[in-house]
Formats: sequence, C-alpha cells, structure tokens
Amino acid sequence: MTQEAYRNRVKAAAPKSPLGKNIVMAFLFGGGICTVGQAFLNWYLSMGLPQKSASSYTSMTMVFLGALLTALHVYDRLAKHGGAGTLVPITGFANAVASPAMEFRAEGVVLGMSAKMFIIAGPVIVCGTLASIFCGLCYFVVR
Amino acid sequence: MQTLFIKTPVTVEAHAAVVGKKEGEGPLRDCFDLVAEDIFFGENTFEKAESKFVSQAINLTLKKAGLKPDAIDLLFGGDLLNQCIGTSYGIRSFEIPFLGLYGACSTMAESLALASVTLSCGQISRAIAVTSSHYYSAERQYRFPIEYGGQRPPTAQWTVSGSGAVLLKNGGRGVRVTSVTIGKMLDFGITDANNMGPAMAPAFVDTLKTHLKDTHRKVSDYDLILSGDLGSFGMEMARELAKDEGIFLGENYADCGCLMFDLKRQDVHAGGSGCGCSATVFCGAILPELESGKYRRVLLISTGALMSPTAIQQGESICGIAHAVCFEGE
Amino acid sequence: MDYLKAFIVGGVLCVIGQVLIDRTRLTPARILVGYVVAGAILTLIGVYDPLVQFAGAGATVPLTGFGYCLANGVKEAVEKQGFLGIFTGGLTATAGGIAVAILCGFLAGLFSKPKAK
Repeated sequence: MTQEAYRNRVKAAAPKSPLGKNIVMAFLFGGGICTVGQAFLNWYLSMGLPQKSASSYTSMTMVFLGALLTALHVYDRLAKHGGAGTLVPITGFANAVASPAMEFRAEGVVLGMSAKMFIIAGPVIVCGTLASIFCGLCYFVVR
Repeated sequence: MQTLFIKTPVTVEAHAAVVGKKEGEGPLRDCFDLVAEDIFFGENTFEKAESKFVSQAINLTLKKAGLKPDAIDLLFGGDLLNQCIGTSYGIRSFEIPFLGLYGACSTMAESLALASVTLSCGQISRAIAVTSSHYYSAERQYRFPIEYGGQRPPTAQWTVSGSGAVLLKNGGRGVRVTSVTIGKMLDFGITDANNMGPAMAPAFVDTLKTHLKDTHRKVSDYDLILSGDLGSFGMEMARELAKDEGIFLGENYADCGCLMFDLKRQDVHAGGSGCGCSATVFCGAILPELESGKYRRVLLISTGALMSPTAIQQGESICGIAHAVCFEGE
Repeated sequence: MDYLKAFIVGGVLCVIGQVLIDRTRLTPARILVGYVVAGAILTLIGVYDPLVQFAGAGATVPLTGFGYCLANGVKEAVEKQGFLGIFTGGLTATAGGIAVAILCGFLAGLFSKPKAK
C-alpha cells in the first residue's frame, strides 16, 4: 500500500472528536467566562473608573483568576470539558503562562521557571506585538 | 534473514513489574509487584520518579532470583526520555555493565532480543532487560505542561508509568526465548503525534509477517500474539493491514496498551503506550501465565514510533518499528 | 442584558476556536496567535470596535480582545506621539495584563507543584 492510500485509510477510519458536544461545551464555558468578565467590568465601572481603566482591570482580574485556578489544579480539569471555551478567553492565556512556570520550577527559578514561562504564550506576545506595529504603521500613514 | 533463532537455552529466571497509581487501578491491578502510592513515588521530580521505577523493578527482580547485582553480567535498557536518563539514573547504584538502548516504545523487545542473543553466545550467564516510561515525564518532553488545559483527541494514548524488568539466564529450565525478529523502520507518512497507533501498525504487521515466514508458523501456532502499544485504533488498523497480507488476527491477538487500562472508565482514550507499557504488561500479566503453563507460546511484538517533537516541528513524518520476541513454556 | 450579550458573543468566539481545533490540524498555540492577530487586524479595519461597544467583556475577554487592545493602544499612541507611538502603543496598552500574567505565573510556579490527574 502506498503512503497516500494508507494515510487516507487512517483518516477515514479514525475516531473523530464529538464536534457537536464540544461546540456546546465551548459555547457554555466561553460564554460563562466572558459573563464573569462582564460582571467585573460592570463592578469596576460602578466604582467610577473610566471605561479604559475598568477594561484593563477586568483583563488583569481575569488573568489573575486563570493563574489562580491553574495553581489550584482546577483549570486543566475545566479545560478538559471546556475545550476552546477555556482556551480562547484571556484566562486561557494565563493558564498557558502559569502551567509551564509550575512545570519547569523543577529545573530552577531562572533557567527553568523564568526561561520556560512563555513556551506556549510567547508566540502570542511576539505575533501580537508585530501585528500592533503593523497597525501602528498603517495608522501613521493614514493619519 | 531477520529472525535469529536462539538455539542454546536462554530462560527467564525472574521478572518484576512496578507501576504508577493509575495503572494500579486498571484491570491488571493484581498482576503487578509494586504499585506506587503517588506519581512522584517519593521523589521530587517526575524524571527521578521514573528512575525509581527502574531501580525498584531491578531490585524486585534480583530479590525474586535471590541474587546480588554483581551476579548480573550485563544490563540492557532504555526509556523515552532524552539521553535515556530514566534508565541510566535508575541503574547507577547497581554497578552492572550497561548498554543503553533507544527504540521508543519498542525498547522492551529490543532489550530482550539483545539480551537473549548475547546470552546465547555462551560467554556470560545472566543479563537483565529493563525499560520504563512515566506519563508526566513523557508529557513534559513530548507535549504540554501538566496543568496546561488542552483536550486530547480520541486517538491519543496515555503513556504508562512504570517499569518492567526480566532477568534472563544462560541455560536452566522454565520459559525460554526461542527466536527474535528484528524489525525494519517503516514510514507511512503519518504526521499526527496524537495518532501514533496507525503510524506503528504497518511495522507491527511487517515484523509479524516476517516472523511467521522465517519460522514457518501460522498465527494459530501462538497462544497469544501481543503488540506493544498500538491502542484501540492502532489495533483496528493492524487487523486490517494483516488481513491484506493474508494474516487473520483473531482471539489470540491482544495489545498491551488495551490490556493495561479500562478504556471506558479510565479516560485514557485509545489506550496505554510507552516503553513501560509492553514491559509491565508482559512482566506482570503474561510471563506468569507462561510459567504456569496456561500459555505455551507467546509472541511479544513491542512497537515504537521513532520521532521527536523537533522532527515533527520540522515537518517529518512518524516512522514505526517493531521487534518480535518468541517465548515458549516448558 | 449586557450579561446576555457578553455570554453569546464570547461563546460564539470560542465556538469558532473549537471548530478550528476539531476540524483542522491547527495546534492551540497557532489558534491563539491567530486570534490575537485577527483581533488586531479587525480593529484596524474598524470592525472590532463596534463589537466591543455591543458585547463588552464578550468581545474583550477572548484573545481577539487582546489584539483589539494592542491595535487600539497603538492607534492612540500614534495620535499622541506620532512615529514613536508605532512601537510603544501596543505593549503599553497591554502591559497590565502581561505584567499580571508574569507575576501570577511566577507565584504559581513558586507555590504550587503540578499534580497528577
């Protein structure tokens, strides 16, 4: 059998992830996390903070909660069911920072934890920053 | 000729299997010599825990044989970790001449094959074959940190935490190694590291076919044909591929990865995997059945996926390999 | 009402990610990168800001919101500082979230060990 034929056979026969169930769970978890974020946003706004600061505080709070739930060994259990519902919100970003930090503590604080903290989330910062520079150039040109 | 016949008797003198907590909760829970109370096994890192699995498996094997480490002439072993640190740090206190091996999850059959062939040369009297794996040390090397929230696809497998050791002896009575078939690397272009069973299935079938041809035997000549860690989906593909070759794998075919866990209850998706998988299942559950006479002839075919995260990221595909070791009871 | 809007928009953004995970070969890291870059570009072309006005946290909490924050920050910085703003705007606007992630990640690493499942 050729490589191509075998690959197609494997692809056809492979058990698939239950997409319907996963979508429902992602919707519920993702929506739920955003609703929690909205509650914090409303709370910060009600304290009289301007929109931008309230939004920043909300992000910071959600990052804190994501890291806390990771440290308490809860986030990965939620993610098992939530899938993209726990990956896509900024709590998932916090989980992607906190989990390697915990994992690589065994290799030391500097060379382990600090160096490896961004093995998953690093690309988000790198590509995000590059995208922002690109946007900045566009804004600068059309200004 | 890919098959080597072991003409002078090489026999199993003792064996032991040490596993982690999850493995100790599976269907084979009563087969193992020691079940670790937690995944750190009293150590502070997963790598050290894996090494402890190795040293405990060797200790228990020596104890069962009533021997001291200096009675062992040669040790063959390996694991999944970079530079094989699981095995090398696990055996450092024994001071036994050591040959480290890497054959991914096929390493147990590789160690057993090399130990048997070396013993049959007649210059040494005792050799140990040992392999290990550890779910968490493998995850952090091959995949994601443990606390990272990700979903595993249904074809993913669960690396077995544990170590199995077999002490082989030149001469003596009991379960014999009668032949070994060294497999070839086969690449069928599978690139999904979460679907390794089908990547290894062609190598399994090729080694099985070669072994049957070289020994002039049929599938029904074996009480049990055991693949290492193809998992439930890999088994399915192996049966299909074998059928294409005119080999019908029936009731006497099983997979260590599927025997180790209760696939429905234990959330391991397609089953167990890792160097420790075929080692612990074979040492814990199969060798005793050979010794008791329930099985007369068993073919262990440990399967390995030769790859690394670096190779996968560079766009390489996953190669499979499989080695067969034939055991016969008295 | 704003809770319902946040729930639905946030949920839908996550569903898109789930379909990408299950039906393409994209790894989670690639999907996250895609979300951030998409968020920044959608903001640049003026699509994302109305969504944020409509859904609040439903649009800012998913990682596209991180991209929105980057692009919005750079826009304001360019208006105020000109050329310099191209480089300072993005990271300045998101510095709070990143700093808290580093601090909390560090503390998590110091005080908590991975646990078996």
